[in-house]
Amino acid sequence: MSEVLRAEAVTRVLPGPLPVTLVRDATLSIGRGEFVCIQGPSGSGKSSLLYLLGLLDVPTSGKIWLDAVDTSGFGEDELAQVRLEKLGFVFQFHFLLAEFTALENVMLPMTRLGRLPAAEQRARAKMLLADLGMGEHLDKRPDQLSGGQRQRVAIARAMANEPLVILADEPTGNLDTTSSANVKQIMSEMVHGRNKTIIAVTHDPEFARAGDRIIRIVDGRIVSDG
Amino acid sequence: MTLELRIALTHLTSRKRQTVMSLLGIALGVAFFMAVSSLMRGSERDFIKRLIDSAPHITISDEVRSPPQPPVVSFYPGGAVALRGLKPRTETRGIRGYKQKLAWIAAQRGVRVAPVLSGQAILTFAGKEQGITLNGIVPQLMQGVSDIDEKIVAGSLDAVASNPNGIIIGRGLARKLYLDMGDNVTVSSPIGQVRSMKIVGLFETGTTAIDEGHGYVLLKRAQALFGRMDRANRLVIQLDDPYAAPQLAAAIEARIGYRSESWQEASQNLMSVLLIRNIIMYSVVSAILVVASFGIFNVISTVVMEKQRDVAILKSIGFHARDVQRIFLAEGVLIGAVGSMLGVGLGYGLIAILGVVKIQPPGMTDAINLPVYWGLDQLALAALFAVGSATIAAYLPARKAGRVYPVDILRGGMA
Ligand SMILES: Nc1ncnc2c1ncn2[C@@H]1O[C@H](COP(=O)(O)OP(=O)(O)O)[C@@H](O)[C@H]1O
Ligand SMILES: [Mg+2]
Repeated sequence: MSEVLRAEAVTRVLPGPLPVTLVRDATLSIGRGEFVCIQGPSGSGKSSLLYLLGLLDVPTSGKIWLDAVDTSGFGEDELAQVRLEKLGFVFQFHFLLAEFTALENVMLPMTRLGRLPAAEQRARAKMLLADLGMGEHLDKRPDQLSGGQRQRVAIARAMANEPLVILADEPTGNLDTTSSANVKQIMSEMVHGRNKTIIAVTHDPEFARAGDRIIRIVDGRIVSDG
Repeated sequence: MTLELRIALTHLTSRKRQTVMSLLGIALGVAFFMAVSSLMRGSERDFIKRLIDSAPHITISDEVRSPPQPPVVSFYPGGAVALRGLKPRTETRGIRGYKQKLAWIAAQRGVRVAPVLSGQAILTFAGKEQGITLNGIVPQLMQGVSDIDEKIVAGSLDAVASNPNGIIIGRGLARKLYLDMGDNVTVSSPIGQVRSMKIVGLFETGTTAIDEGHGYVLLKRAQALFGRMDRANRLVIQLDDPYAAPQLAAAIEARIGYRSESWQEASQNLMSVLLIRNIIMYSVVSAILVVASFGIFNVISTVVMEKQRDVAILKSIGFHARDVQRIFLAEGVLIGAVGSMLGVGLGYGLIAILGVVKIQPPGMTDAINLPVYWGLDQLALAALFAVGSATIAAYLPARKAGRVYPVDILRGGMA
């Protein structure tokens, strides 16, 4: 199994008069096609670790490799470009642009990347949404959609640029049981059907069961992995 | 439409009232800028046109700029020369040998020149007396250098040429002395010459001082009245290109020695008044636009605060800081551009209204329209200034938006 993401001795300290250590000496390796769940008590640093692995935040010390490239020393713009091309995010609160339709939200990353002609961007966005059962809701704005539907739009958007890794922060945290099961099934299908790599923070045990591997974290420290 | 522009538009429509207010601010600023500029430029052009049309472009007078140096001083330049009991040479006033000088000037390109001999005289009619400035002219030459022909309301300038005893006076003076065409008046000069002359023409310039205080006779007749045969005390020049006056005046002065004054020099004080007036007015109207751009700063700062979550989304997707900055900068440019368009419409409306307003300037007999200028250059200047200050106003909040660190917003979490 080839490695897509590796963290080595990653520590993140929030500076200040009382420095807070969010993540402490995290070392891990994630292979292509893995479905990894990060679990731990509230406030243990799960989200913080995910932001670091997703190159949204920068470690205070330690290194992160994505697709065999050492990202330490990358500037803000380089990190943004890597996120655009290789990563996709799904957050607990859907984080869609409120004034844009489902279709437009999904097209956003493709438009920014600018590799496909506009017509193909549109076709691909439609296909992604249709695959997630959202074919009927292409032109609805987020406030016209249910929580589960919004989350499916967010997943489609995360998939837009064919990312190497999808990072999800409690993707079912805000959903009812039925929607949760649906999102879990979609993600599971992505990994096992399409060989995507997913790293998902969750404290939903039902969701975690879908993962191949569970990393447990307490007080910013990885306590178990496997 | 680019993605950034679309996002910018959604931001502005999400803050409709504030956006409309700042649009209005820019529109009003641009409109005032244009209206004031139109009046400034209009009156300035009107003023200069009057100056160029009616006043001579160059006037050569019978003076010299600095008195001639005594030979001993020019012989020992820089030497310690002291002179006592120096008496200036007594000279009869007037330009000596004016005919040769006139001929030389008339030979220059694009130049028309006419001699004038002016002096004070007293007009007597029906027991009333009135002091006037009597100008001796050569009608054919005078027609080439002044618009006096257009001001004649009765008779003609040529009547003076055909009747050596003819005089043309202003309508104001005629009214004052109950004179009319064909009447005979007595003209007395300071050296005691008295002559009976016939009114062969009336003029009206609209300027009271001239209409009540000037008269025109044949140059020969004036020379006889003032006892200065073969003299003129002014050579009046009109040019095809009025703006060449200063150089030509200098050349003439160097050649003939008498003081030659261009219209620019003659109205130097007025020119600097115009300049100061422009500086003040443009500062004031620009200040309106600067104040209006504070409104833009306000909306965009608010939008940046409100849309931090959107910025975090865009950045997590992979938008660069400068992409985000461009979105908010575009909002400023949009308000500036749309506001300018509205303002240009409003401004032209204002100018049209100002253009029909009539005013009665002091010293003028007729009411005139406010002189307005319709030039496109002031439109471009106003719009450029508006878009420029809008962009600058948007820059600070836009830069702040570009610096938003997405994790700070994501940690805050809640929707
Ligand atoms: N801006 C901050 N300032 C201080 N402490 C913070 C800040 N953000 C997060 N923390 C703390 O860091 C720890 C880790 O937070 P987080 O990664 O969000 O945990 P989790 O996602 O596991 O709930 C928590 O104890 C939280 O209180
Ligand atoms: Mg969390």
